[in-house]
Amino acid sequence: MTQTHLIATEDICRYHDVEYTFITSLGDAGLLELKVVNQSTYIPEDDLQKLERMIRMHHELEINLAGIEAITHLLDRIQHLQEEIRVLKNRLPANF
Amino acid sequence: MAFIDYYQVLGLDKKASDKDIKNAYRKLARKYHPDLNPNDAEANKKFQQLNEANEVLSDPEKRKKYDQYGENWQHGEEYEKYARQQQQGRQQQAYSGGQGGGFEGFGSDDFSDFFQSMFGQGGRSARGGGQSKYRGQDYNAELHLNLKDVAESHKQTLTVNGKNIRITIPAGVENGQTIKIAGHGGPGVNGGPAGDLYITFVVAPDPKFRRDGSDLYVTENLDLYTAVLGGEVTIDTLNGKVKIKVKPETQNGTKIKLKGKGLPVYKKENQFGDLYITYNIQIPVNLSEGQKKLFEELAGKQ
Repeated sequence: MTQTHLIATEDICRYHDVEYTFITSLGDAGLLELKVVNQSTYIPEDDLQKLERMIRMHHELEINLAGIEAITHLLDRIQHLQEEIRVLKNRLPANF
Repeated sequence: MAFIDYYQVLGLDKKASDKDIKNAYRKLARKYHPDLNPNDAEANKKFQQLNEANEVLSDPEKRKKYDQYGENWQHGEEYEKYARQQQQGRQQQAYSGGQGGGFEGFGSDDFSDFFQSMFGQGGRSARGGGQSKYRGQDYNAELHLNLKDVAESHKQTLTVNGKNIRITIPAGVENGQTIKIAGHGGPGVNGGPAGDLYITFVVAPDPKFRRDGSDLYVTENLDLYTAVLGGEVTIDTLNGKVKIKVKPETQNGTKIKLKGKGLPVYKKENQFGDLYITYNIQIPVNLSEGQKKLFEELAGKQ
């Protein structure tokens, strides 16, 4: 198993000025994988990018949890579609 | 450098209240925020303009100055200051190219020249703009290649913010494909991890070969006589010329496959795609009287 760096949820809460419950509710909604080690909650470093995106949505755009959940699913779909478009475009003859 | 109408950017007029500005900014930010518009340079640019407009109009001092100078800003002292700044040279570019393919830096985060001339380099406040991060910023860059570059793996050294990174451009990489170089983005803040560097390969379309994955397609002209009687033609492939036999009575549009003469398969060493050749038979033009007679004879008209 490869080792993942874990980041303490408290550090993120402090740095981003978000409530602990906001992060746990993202975890409850299945948008984030929280790890509990010795009664402290941690976030895998790989998920940090995703989490910071959700925090920005919440803070800067005032989107609530349900909205973040819906947007996250839509963004996943957009990503798949963009990938599909790229593959299809590359199969088209040049200059068409 | 053009005047920017910040009110227009937010869809407002000069009488807009602080609340109007805040609301307009929020509403437009929801539409153009980069987090909601992945890989959309146009939306990113719009968002940048929104931030700039908001930066000016939501700050009472900046708004006052902007309203006061307005379109006549060029005649103010600020213009003089700007001209001097310009002379002192621009900031060093974040990226510089390695050897070989051109390397284009990621989108600049700077506000417009207009903003800088009016409020100076330090005029920007820290808030807003989606920049508050614990994890370092991700960098995006494009690496431009042509089809021949894709035919074999090669190493390239890139300079990213003063640091040299050696990367291997894998053979068979697709146009638009992105690779992640972990930890080579911006540094984290307060002990946060660094961001990643994303490199998108832009493979220019080749004037001769059409690509489909690892297969290549090419159209070759074939003169009528070789098509009818058979013979030999020399064909350019990506790795040199190849002589191939043409069967007698070859029809126009005939496709032949040269196995293994395509591109390497991505991340599969020693596997290659194929090269498909489509013959385009050329009918002779400007026939002499003699030639015409021979054709008539063939057609059974004499």
